[in-house]
Amino acid sequence: MNRRKIKSPSDLEKLRQEILAKRDPKKPRIAICAGTGCLALGARKVITTFKEELKKCGLENEVEIRETGCPGFCEKGTIVVIYPEGIYYLQVQPGDVPEIVEKTLVEKKHVERLLYTDPTTNEKAIHEDEIPFYKHQMRLLIGNNIKVDPKNIDDYIALGGYRALAKALSEMTQEEVIEEVKRANLRGRGGGGFPAGRKWETTRNAPGEPKYVIVNCDEGDPGAFMNRALMEGNPHSVIEGLIIGAYAIGSHEGFIYVRDEYPLAVENTGIALEQAREYGLLGRDIMGSGFDFDVKIFRGAGAFISGESSALMSSLEGKVGAPKPKYVHTSIKGLWNKPSNLNNVETWANIPLIINKGARWFTSIGTEGSKGTKIFALVGKVNNTGLVEVPFGITLREIIYNIGGGIPNNKKFKAVQTGGPSGGCIPERFIDTAVDFDELTKLGSMMGSGGMIVMDEDTCMVDVARYFIDFLVDESCGRCVPCREGLERMSEILNDICEGRGKEGDIELLEELSAVMKDTSMCGLGRTAPNPVLTTIHYFRDEYDAHIKEKKCPAHVCKALIEYYIDAEKCTGCLACLKACPEGAIAGEKEKVHVINREKCSKCGICYDTCKFGAVIIS
Amino acid sequence: MDEDKIDKIIEEHRTDKSELIPILQDVQAEYNWLPQDTLRYIAKRLQVPLTDVFGIATFYKSFSLKPRGKHLVRVCLGTACHVRGGPRILETAERILGIKTGETTEDYKFTLESVNCLGCCALGPVMVVDNEYYGKLPPTKVEKVLHKYGYTSLSSGKGGET
Repeated sequence: MNRRKIKSPSDLEKLRQEILAKRDPKKPRIAICAGTGCLALGARKVITTFKEELKKCGLENEVEIRETGCPGFCEKGTIVVIYPEGIYYLQVQPGDVPEIVEKTLVEKKHVERLLYTDPTTNEKAIHEDEIPFYKHQMRLLIGNNIKVDPKNIDDYIALGGYRALAKALSEMTQEEVIEEVKRANLRGRGGGGFPAGRKWETTRNAPGEPKYVIVNCDEGDPGAFMNRALMEGNPHSVIEGLIIGAYAIGSHEGFIYVRDEYPLAVENTGIALEQAREYGLLGRDIMGSGFDFDVKIFRGAGAFISGESSALMSSLEGKVGAPKPKYVHTSIKGLWNKPSNLNNVETWANIPLIINKGARWFTSIGTEGSKGTKIFALVGKVNNTGLVEVPFGITLREIIYNIGGGIPNNKKFKAVQTGGPSGGCIPERFIDTAVDFDELTKLGSMMGSGGMIVMDEDTCMVDVARYFIDFLVDESCGRCVPCREGLERMSEILNDICEGRGKEGDIELLEELSAVMKDTSMCGLGRTAPNPVLTTIHYFRDEYDAHIKEKKCPAHVCKALIEYYIDAEKCTGCLACLKACPEGAIAGEKEKVHVINREKCSKCGICYDTCKFGAVIIS
Repeated sequence: MDEDKIDKIIEEHRTDKSELIPILQDVQAEYNWLPQDTLRYIAKRLQVPLTDVFGIATFYKSFSLKPRGKHLVRVCLGTACHVRGGPRILETAERILGIKTGETTEDYKFTLESVNCLGCCALGPVMVVDNEYYGKLPPTKVEKVLHKYGYTSLSSGKGGET
């Protein structure tokens, strides 16, 4: 497409008006989530079916189809929104498409069964703001995802995109931009929570040229995917923030480091950069300001530790992505030993908002020490899983119950894990804690990048600790002894406990190892690695004791400590489990009680899942 | 090894050490793994010690120094998938294919790997075959998914004894 260069802020406004003039706000539009989550649930087929169906009905010129970014309600994908009314359809399957076209687009009626239904009142919700999952959120960053096609820059410009950049370049000095970000008290969203404005200032004042700016989209925390959703769903919001930062810092070269596991983010960001270049929003003399800046994408190659700032920069240099001791911060000596400012995707995405609306507005949201909103990945044992953007200060209860809709299958809430492998498990008694950087740290956990994994009574906390330690054994770069050896020893002890070989003194040994690792590891990975172990010991010591002393797993998770058997009174002799058992460990005949052969049983749990009568019991 | 192919890949990047990771990514995209002679050749062309090339190829998880199967089956073991039964999906896939995680079936049809989070946590447990995602997957459906990619009980060394 031939795009005219934008040479001034008024050019940008003119372009925006032209884009809007070409668009009829009353024209029906079908917005379909084409994020990784919905694609996993079959969104591609839904999109092609819509195209075919519109053609069949002769509506292909009357109705627009827009493939959008992820609006966050992944649990209910594929998500389809019909504009201009904003009718929100959930869990749309290709088979539903003809009915949507006929009923909603032609007859202007709703397809009731595809609307959100309140599980308690059975009331239907038609629009986004009526659905509880969305109603209690504050969607400043992720709210635009359903409105834009990430592959089309005009959608972003139509919403007022790149205005903040125009304002910064034409009305603000570099110092004023930094001051505004400092006043907003924007803290890094990648986990550390360090004030972004101060970091920018350090890089700006550091001696040495060139200076670099970097987007960290190496989102490795298991259970977090907000960076993916922003980078693949609304890449221009991140790119705009990055250009503003580059201007303030005095950088002319930027990098976006995307992890290898996010191919769609790489693709959409690449397209976005190309389109921004065509409009002259990247390159030489941006918007006639005399400021030059361009960005390269770098695809990671699969290493959790490469998300750490010095490791990420090593990786960009083409080296092994292991961290370095930080006698000097990367903001002073980073990429190729030059001053380099690295921020997380979500941090960058906040910048246009702060510049547009001002620090005063931004600081009106949130708590004393944590301003603005945060996107959390609400996942695990919770009804409404997905991405949730809320102001700091909201309680865990509000997130898990009001937005998340509580725990599935009437199970009991046990804990919520935040902060990824560096974080910890917060038990039920702290559910009314207001969520911000400082409060989570007080509980022994941390904000991290925003993963929030809900656990119910069926989750074994010792197993969770073992899971994180095994994860880190795998991901530790191995350079420093406390982390490399400490993790291995912890893994051995935790595996012993889970497999029935736990002994007195194990807990104390874990605590001692934790203290050494915290004090002496080289980087944040090793220093925070003990957190999942320490918080589970602190809050769920009784579960450790049950494993060690009684050789029991109260949540029935640890295989070595459980047995499966069939309740003779409940068994109907339907043969279902017998046929499903991969080991041939179940004996029985039709309409006769089945029996599990313990010697053959591999405890895979398939019989438990298969039985419709609740006759398979775990003890 | 086809030297022209590797030369072409290197020329698309700069013959600069900092381009080593993207070059290896492109070579792997071509061969599906990193044969030893390609690593030697790249080291020579970029004038970097072979140990550096080998260091990178072994440090990053996406590189494989062993030939991989036609289809790459990856099971997510991120936290959300873990609490929703990801390990059981992996065990089931191991049992069906008759191989352990990280191995390839004898007929080179399938390679099974685990991955530490694919970022579709809301849909756990998740399995990905090549680039197709299968979300909210119960263990009982794993075999059906594998059938779509040509799995038969003969595909694997020991598989199909179920």
